[in-house]
Amino acid sequence: MSIKTYWKKQWGSLLITGIIFASLNGCGNGGDNTPSNGENSSGTSSLLDRIQSRGNLICGVNGQLPGFSFVDENGEYSGMDAEYCRAVASALFDDPAQVEFRDLSAQERFTAVQSGEVDLVSRNTTWTISRDTSVGMEFAPIIFYDGQGIMVRKDSEIQDLEGLADKSICVLSGTTNEQNLADQMRKQGINYQPVVFEDVDAVYAAYEQERCAGVTSDRSQLTVRRAVLANPDEHEVSSVVLSKEPLAPMVANGDANWFDAVKWITFALIQAEELEINSQNISSFENTEDPQIRRFLGQEGNLGEDMGLPNDFAARIVKHVGNYGEIYDRNIGQPFGLDRGLNRLWTDGGLLYSPPFR
Amino acid sequence: MEDEKIPFWRDSRVLRIVGQVVALLIVFTIIFFLGNNLVNNFQRLGLTFGFNFLDRSASFGIANPPIAYSSNDPYTKAILVGLINSLRVMFFGIIIALFLGIIVGISRLSDNWLLRQLATIYVETLRNTPLLLQLFFWYFAVFLKLPRIDNPLTFGRWVFLTNRGLDIPWFGDAQQTWLGLSVIILSIILLVVLWRRRIYAVEEQGESGQIWSWLSIAVAIAAMIIFCFGLDWDIPELNNNNIAGGLNLSPEFATLLIGLSVYTAAFIAEVVRAGIQSVSQGQWEAARALGLQPGLVMQLIIFPQALRVMIPPLTSEFLNLAKNSSLAIAIGYNDIYSISNTVANQTGRSLEMLLIVITTYLTINLIISLGMNWFNRAVQIKER
Repeated sequence: MSIKTYWKKQWGSLLITGIIFASLNGCGNGGDNTPSNGENSSGTSSLLDRIQSRGNLICGVNGQLPGFSFVDENGEYSGMDAEYCRAVASALFDDPAQVEFRDLSAQERFTAVQSGEVDLVSRNTTWTISRDTSVGMEFAPIIFYDGQGIMVRKDSEIQDLEGLADKSICVLSGTTNEQNLADQMRKQGINYQPVVFEDVDAVYAAYEQERCAGVTSDRSQLTVRRAVLANPDEHEVSSVVLSKEPLAPMVANGDANWFDAVKWITFALIQAEELEINSQNISSFENTEDPQIRRFLGQEGNLGEDMGLPNDFAARIVKHVGNYGEIYDRNIGQPFGLDRGLNRLWTDGGLLYSPPFR
Repeated sequence: MEDEKIPFWRDSRVLRIVGQVVALLIVFTIIFFLGNNLVNNFQRLGLTFGFNFLDRSASFGIANPPIAYSSNDPYTKAILVGLINSLRVMFFGIIIALFLGIIVGISRLSDNWLLRQLATIYVETLRNTPLLLQLFFWYFAVFLKLPRIDNPLTFGRWVFLTNRGLDIPWFGDAQQTWLGLSVIILSIILLVVLWRRRIYAVEEQGESGQIWSWLSIAVAIAAMIIFCFGLDWDIPELNNNNIAGGLNLSPEFATLLIGLSVYTAAFIAEVVRAGIQSVSQGQWEAARALGLQPGLVMQLIIFPQALRVMIPPLTSEFLNLAKNSSLAIAIGYNDIYSISNTVANQTGRSLEMLLIVITTYLTINLIISLGMNWFNRAVQIKER
């Protein structure tokens, strides 16, 4: 054969070897790069920075619970938990619309945070020690003090847990409700049949069809759900309180910057109400002399910048979403007539208390 | 021509080895990357890997546990309850689906026009809608629509059907029961032996074999008497809007069992039809020419031959049924997946629980495959 074809062949095989090596190299790089990104997340760069450069917040919510987070027919989210996500987005981007909501089931929520699928979960989640430690969560301040209750049919005349002996009780899987019910029943030595569903709509559908004599959940949820049953008057939330259910937003463990930001955004909602700043009157505080308010709204000092947020983050939140009281009234107080109870400010005899913004 | 040595990059022997090494490297890189990612994420979240948590108290209740269970038992026991619940549905599901599937499959080839059309509608409807949807239908539209507890359907005072499940008499856990059950099992074995003797007497010795028939009937009657009176029956009783005693089959169990069997039966019917149609027309004609009834042709000639074709696809359908039983979680039945999910959620040990569930399903399905492969070998033509 001529030298020309020989060279051609040789070049061909060289080319192939080159491609193989290049792709191997690529693989190696890919393998090296991604873990080092992962290391970054634990070391230098915080989720806070990545969210800011991404330009939107990915927020995990319930989506099936009116008053807390509920998707309407236009795909719009309403409710207190959803508004909380908007408050965080307002603080970060000065735009409450920069939120991407993800519906999560009770089962999915922890894995979604662990895996980084969502930045933040605001999904009526009870703060417990095991979730905080062994599950690897980090809880922001409590935004709703609740307790577990039981809803039964009025005509069943069940008053307490003993009335539910040997009966079926519908409950959502993966909740503290499931465990509290078991604890209380064990304490009182009552035999019962838990009927456990993964989907919250299925729980109430089964209860409505009389599969269960009662349904147990947080009292706020029962009240809200009762309102959307076919005949709300036939049901009542009994006065029994089985547990305390402090509901709080949560983020993943091990990212102090992001956790601090979420924590103080939550406190800002409470502090704003305490300072009597709301979305209507915020403009009147522009030239205030009160140093406490000036610091809070970022007119002096740099409380925000010290943790990687803009200085006026609290002002942005109040401007776009309002203070805690406004959010509560808009989503839970007015639509469902639920008394604020423990969810009042400490100055009014409630439990909401923000550390000083100083 | 000089004796030119082939350069190594053109030597097919070298290239083959290089190719395999490259493939291995890629696989290991991917595994290493995924493993590394996992370890990093565990470190980032401050989590540890281990199965020690399984000894802790479960502290959640399970409805209708098949074995004694209370909420202070460890997680392992809760998982065991789930496993038994899963196996229960798989076992009875496979049996029902098989029988239903064979009936529908044969009906699709029936000479009766109405039967054929009904079977076609059955197969096409069930095969072409999602199983999850069917389960919801069975649960919310059928089983929860049954009469309520204050007005139950009763059958002969002992069986109650309500939207809280089917309550049937069941034997209590007494020594008498176990004694009675062993006697019944022994009589069944005795019956089989006696019946074989009868057939032997009729076919080989040309006798009437009546003595064996009478003996069989006597044993059967004795077994029936023990079944009715010898076991410690626990009869369900209705009082004060509550049914106590007996065995309660929950609507969740019924939904999953019926939903899975009916759905899988549609696929099995098609497997059966394919099997029967694979037997050549000549076999039919030959059997008919011998004067066999159509029923006997099916039973003696066609079906045994069709079985050889049917078993491998049938195995897949059984495996599908076993895996689909994990949809139990949607309708509130406590199978192993649903309980593991709860455990994972309470303890945050998703990875560990996933591994346990994967291993469990893998083991169950490998056992089913093994059994079916053995059965397959048994019915194949023995070529010598």
